[in-house]
Order: sequence, then structure tokens, then C-alpha cells
Amino acid sequence: MTNRFLRITFLLAGLALLFPVTGSAETPLPTIHEPEGEGVKCVEPEDVMRRNHMNFILHQRDETMHEGIRTSKYSFAECINCHVEPDENGNIAGVDTKDHFCNGCHEYAAVTIDCFECHADRPQKFIDRGGKSASLQDELHQTLAADEDMGGELK
Amino acid sequence: MSDSVNHSRRSFLEKSAVVGAITIAPGILLHQVANAKPDDQAVSDSVRWGMLINTNNCEQGCTDCIDACNTEHGLVGNDRPKSDTQYIRKVTLRDKMTGHELSLPLMCQHCETAPCVDVCPTGASFKRKDGIALVDKHICIGCRYCMMACPFKARSFVHEEVKNQTLSAPRGKGTVESCTMCVHRVDKDQIPACVEACGKGKHDAMMFGDLNDPNSTISKELEKHGGKQIRADLQLNTAVRYQGL
Amino acid sequence: MKKIEYTAIKGNSLAYYSLLAGLGLVILIGLLAVWYMEHNGHYVTGMTNQIVWGVPHVFAVFLIVAASGALNVASIASVFKKEDYEPLARLSGLLAIALLAGGLVVLLLDLGRPDRLIVAMTYYNFKSIFAWNIILYTGFFAIVGVYIWFMMDHSMYKFKKQAGFAAFIWRLTLTTGTGSIFGFLVARSAYDAALMAPMFIIMSFSFGLAIFLLVLMASYNWTGRELGDEVVSRLRNLLGVFVASVLYFVIVYHLTNLYITEHHGVEKFILMEGGQFTKVFWIGQIILGGLVPLALIYAPGVRNCRKTLAVICTLITIGGLSTMYTIIIGGQAYPMEIFPGYEVSSPFFDGVVSDYTPSMYEIALGLGGIAISLVIVAFVIKVLPFLPTSLADKESVNS
Ligand code: SF4
Ligand code: SF4
Repeated sequence: MTNRFLRITFLLAGLALLFPVTGSAETPLPTIHEPEGEGVKCVEPEDVMRRNHMNFILHQRDETMHEGIRTSKYSFAECINCHVEPDENGNIAGVDTKDHFCNGCHEYAAVTIDCFECHADRPQKFIDRGGKSASLQDELHQTLAADEDMGGELK
Repeated sequence: MSDSVNHSRRSFLEKSAVVGAITIAPGILLHQVANAKPDDQAVSDSVRWGMLINTNNCEQGCTDCIDACNTEHGLVGNDRPKSDTQYIRKVTLRDKMTGHELSLPLMCQHCETAPCVDVCPTGASFKRKDGIALVDKHICIGCRYCMMACPFKARSFVHEEVKNQTLSAPRGKGTVESCTMCVHRVDKDQIPACVEACGKGKHDAMMFGDLNDPNSTISKELEKHGGKQIRADLQLNTAVRYQGL
Repeated sequence: MKKIEYTAIKGNSLAYYSLLAGLGLVILIGLLAVWYMEHNGHYVTGMTNQIVWGVPHVFAVFLIVAASGALNVASIASVFKKEDYEPLARLSGLLAIALLAGGLVVLLLDLGRPDRLIVAMTYYNFKSIFAWNIILYTGFFAIVGVYIWFMMDHSMYKFKKQAGFAAFIWRLTLTTGTGSIFGFLVARSAYDAALMAPMFIIMSFSFGLAIFLLVLMASYNWTGRELGDEVVSRLRNLLGVFVASVLYFVIVYHLTNLYITEHHGVEKFILMEGGQFTKVFWIGQIILGGLVPLALIYAPGVRNCRKTLAVICTLITIGGLSTMYTIIIGGQAYPMEIFPGYEVSSPFFDGVVSDYTPSMYEIALGLGGIAISLVIVAFVIKVLPFLPTSLADKESVNS
């Protein structure tokens, strides 16, 4: 009885070991989209970013969320602003495709990204909101105009 | 900060915004010209943000505040009123004794001793130092215990997939959310979208400000005319107060 | 004292494998339902922003409560030193663990983000009774596990009593904790009662014992082992006491509520005007889950009838689920009193009773949880010696 039980356990363990090995064979390296433009540089050198980007955004995430620190250096939104750009035809590759800056690598490395369950996968200016533009500039202008109308209710 | 300073600052801002600020993020811009909290500084408990709602000015049937909130946070429903998200809603009250009717906006009351914060198993429901109650959606597991605990039904569970979120209001399926008192705007020294819209529509039923500062407009108004808490019996010391109840 | 002999069941009959396959199918359907719910989001369920906890929570809380009650038999044996219960202690511990596991799986799979289990285990808010419950549940597994180990390992047998005592205390705490999940919801009039925690404890006794009896009778019947009337009728009498106490507590609970003016509204709702909830309360909880079982337990003609006992236990289980339904869902359906003294209306269902129709996905998930518990029991009694080879009455085993 115990013997058979053991045998089955070992068999299952062996099967489980097999899985990661299969399926590796021929995944092509991801192509990484470099943001264009003169003097455009990432906030850290490439190799640092490659290894530590998750720690940077995680740290910033907690600070922004809980303490209202809104510096832009490691801001997730800024990553997206630079790294997600439309192709020649003006189309943006969504995060469910290989061509998305984040997903290209993540799919290759088989690491699930949780960010885009909640965050938009593209800069705000590329989001169609049925006529209501939500670009930063418009938002700013609206707010300022409105504040003006209020005549100083602010604080 | 006195009103006149505020006023001139704003007119200056508007002009400069048009000229030179197009490509700069608003947070940075305001930080540079105005005297707002610097971006790299943590919020402190020297302020407590609050709202005062004058129900006498709140028009029945008007939904300006709700529309502004929905736009600000990209809240689009799926025509399923029972499961669609709401941050702010208009409630009509009829006094059982006198028959007097009034209408008011109801949203998260940003309780000081918030039941949602007490019950949340992971600490995803939390209070910022400046009194704003938030859900950290990064660690919310979607258990909905906070919704059970909130005495105002202020919270919604995201029942469906969300796409095209706005920059300042990330939201996604399986987590809980509620009014954030427009924390992203407050951090930029702006007022919440609902308050702004109410003023814009010339109703002036909502006021926003620092409850800790005895010289703020809101504190002075509260001192002069008072303002009630909803469910004061629960002793939550809510940050949203009502007049005319 | 005569030594009890335990053996694992053979478990190689067609019936045994069919049982496993059947339960496996129920689990599979449950998992498919979960996949569907999580993929689409919770809007496909009956749950809404008004009824935030639904049928999955009914099943989960029921199983968790029953888990602690299932340990009763073992506690009676070790803590209250009733030797007659000794042979049943192992099964009692096993069933407790299995029921708790089933309940927790349901609870977990209904989360909005079940994939964040790690978060739930690593971020703790120590003010939250829910977080305390996570610790209580984990501890329950550990302590009952150790208790079973001490019972089975001769070298550790001498510490069995201490382990049994620890398990006993732990499980009372656990049920108190589960009851307090509701007790802490000050804003909802239905839950605002100090009686909630003790009521949960006494309910756990009754539900847990009913399921224990069902499992005991089924496993002895299906394996052809002997199960004497003496053991069964002792448990049956105990069950009678528990069912009666639950009824008593329910009455006291509602009477106290009727005494408190703020609670008149919700009482009237549950007892008279609550539509489906009133029906579930009277028919499910009171009549099927309380009065009928009580009458059957003490009915003279069917004293030693196992079939009747099985019916009784099933009714108690149904009654238990009904109880959870009225408490959990009925309590939410009653409009929250946000503005006392006012008639309230809004596009967000203020001031109106919320309706709720459970979806088949939720039910499938709940049944899946029960199936998980049963599969655990069925599997473990096959690989480890949990069941006494015979539980025949004393006179007949004097060999
Ligand atoms: S109103 Fe509700 S959601 Fe807001 S702080 Fe209070 S309990 Fe939390
Ligand atoms: S749903 Fe999220 S925020 Fe609410 S109690 Fe659960 S984990 Fe906390």
C-alpha cells in the first residue's frame, strides 16, 4: 500500500520536473523598442533598468500610493509615456501583444505582469474616450479655468 | 493661504500654462510656480482634507458632481446598475415627520476611525496622513469585507474588466474602490472634481478644504454655521459634513 | 481498556472509485465555474455592490463552522475523558481538517483576486478580525494535525491529552473568530449583536456532528465494517441536545433583537416581510433544520433506524446552509440605515430591499467545496489507518 503510494508520488514529481524543459526550444528574443529623439535617455543605464526596474516602480508605487510622493523619475506613467509609442500607421500595440514594450520581454521571460490589470497600457493621449479628451494639457486647462470660476474656494 | 493670493496665483497660472507649460506635467508646473506641497514631500497629518455640503443649495435631479467624478476617474458603466461602480451618488431624503424633501451627494466620508480600514485583512484599505481613505489596489485581494463594513455603502467592487483607464485613476477587475477625494488632484493643489463641477454649475453646494486649519474657508464656515456628520452615532469623525440635514 | 485496532480501508472496489470519480466531477465543475467567474468578473454571479457576499460565503462559512464542530467528538474523548468516544477521535480530527480545507478553498476562490493568495499571506493588518481568522485557520490545521499525529504515533501518545486540549481551545477561538466577522459590522443592524459569537459556537456543534455522523455511517456501511447501535445512539442523543440548543439560541437572539428598538426593522424583515429570506428562515432554518430533526430524534418508533438518522443529519445540514443564507445574505438585503428618520431613495438602491438570485456558478463553487472535503476524507482513510476496524457494541467484541 505505502509502496504504491510512494511510487505514484515519485511519478508525479518526475512529470512535474519535465514540464519547464519542454517548450523552451525556439522562442525568438524580444525586440526592444528604443524611444527615439535627441538626448532621450532612460532614468538609469540600461543594464540597471533591466535588472531593477521592478524594484524602482515597486518602491515608487508604495511612496506615491501611501505618502503622496509624486516625483516623476521612477513613475510608472513616465515609463509608459516614453516606451509606448505608435507605429508608422499610428497604431499602438496593446499589452496583450508581443510588440508592447513591457510584454515583449515579459512574455519571453514568462513573467506575468500585474500592472496592466489596472493601469492603462498606453499614454493617455492615445486613449479614445469618446470625444472627451483626457490628455494632460486639456485636463490642466480645464482645471485652471474652473478654479478661476470658483473665485477662491480652494483652501 | 489667503484667498487673494490664491486668486492671483491662479490667473497667473492660466496665462503661463497657455504659454509655456504645454509639455510639462501639471504636477511639476504647479510645484514650480505655486507654493503647493513639493512632489517629493510626503503628506503629513498637519492637514486634514474635508468637505462641507450645503444641502440647501443642492438641486434635486442635478448630477453635475457625479458626471465630473465619472469623467475624472473614467468610470464607464456597463448598463448594469447593480454592479456598476459608483463613487458618488445623489440621495433624495424625505423627512418622515414633515414631508420635507432634500437632496444630497453621498460618497466616501473619509472617516477618521474608518471601519473599512479596521476590517481589511491585508491593509489595502488605508488612510493617508492627511485623512484621505484609499484602497491600495496593488494589495487588495477583493474579499469585499470593507464593503460589508462601510456604513455608507460608499464602496464598489469592480465586477468586470476595465480598459482605457485614466492616468490618475487606475482601476481593474476584482478589486474594491471608492471616492479618493481626488487625491491626485489634491496633491497638485487642486480641488476634487465634484466640488469643482458644483461650483462651475453655480450651485455652490460643496466646499473643500483643510479642516485642521482654523483659518481655512471650510473651517470658518463650519465654525459659523456648523455641519453634521451622517451616522454621528457611530463616532467615525467623518471628513465630509452636511448642512441643512 | 481494550486496545482499539485501526486499519485503512481497502478502497479498491468499483464503488470506491466511482465515489472518487463522482466527487472529482463535482470539484471539476466547481473549478470550471470559478474559471468562468474570474474570467468574466463577478457580474456573472448573483452578487452585486449591494449583496457583496453571496452563496460562496454561505457554503464557506458553513463548512468552516462545521469544521470546528466536527472536532467535537475528539474533544469529548480527550478533554472530557469519555472513553467511549475515543475510537472516533481520529476520524473526528480528519473531518475537521477536511471541512476547513473545503471551506477555505471556496472562500479563496471567490476572492476578486484569488491569484493574490501570496498577498493575503504576507500582508497582515493585525486590526482586522479577518486577518486573525487566517492565522486561526492555519493554526487549526497545524494543531489538529499534531493532535492526530500524537494519537497515531505510540511514542507521542502520552502527549495526546495536551494536544487534544490545545485543539479544543483553539477551535472554540476559531468559531468565535468566525462569528465575530459578522459581529464587527457595526453598521449593519442584522449583525450588531453580542450573541453572534456564542450562537456560532453552538451551531458549530450541531452542524459538525451531523456531518460527522453522515460520514461515519457512510464509511462503515460502504466498507462493510460493523458500527454498533450503542455508539450511534450516543451520538444521536448528543445531536438532539445540540439541535435543541441551537433552536433555543435562535429564539433568544431574535427576542433580544425585538427588545432593541433599532433592530425592529430588520427583525420584521427576517421574520415576516423578507420574501425569500423569510421563507428560508422559517422553512429551511426553523422547520427543516430544527423542528423536524428534533422531532425525529426523539420519535419513539425510529430510535435505531440508520436511514432516519441519515435523513436527520441531512436536514440539519440543509438547515445549517439556510441559517447562513438568512444571516449572510438576508442581513445584507435589508437596507442599511444611513439616514435614520428619513425615507431614502437614490439610483444606487438606497432605502430599498436588495434582491438576490444565486447563480449556478456560485452554487457549483459551493458544492465543489463540500466535494473537496469529502474527497480528502475518502482518500486519507484509504492511505492511513483512521477508522477502527470495528465499532461493534461491547458485548459482541469480547474476544
Ligand atoms: S465612508 Fe466607508 S469607505 Fe469611506 S472611510 Fe468610511 S468606512 Fe471607509
Ligand atoms: S476588498 Fe480589498 S480593500 Fe476591501 S477589505 Fe478586502 S482586501 Fe481590503
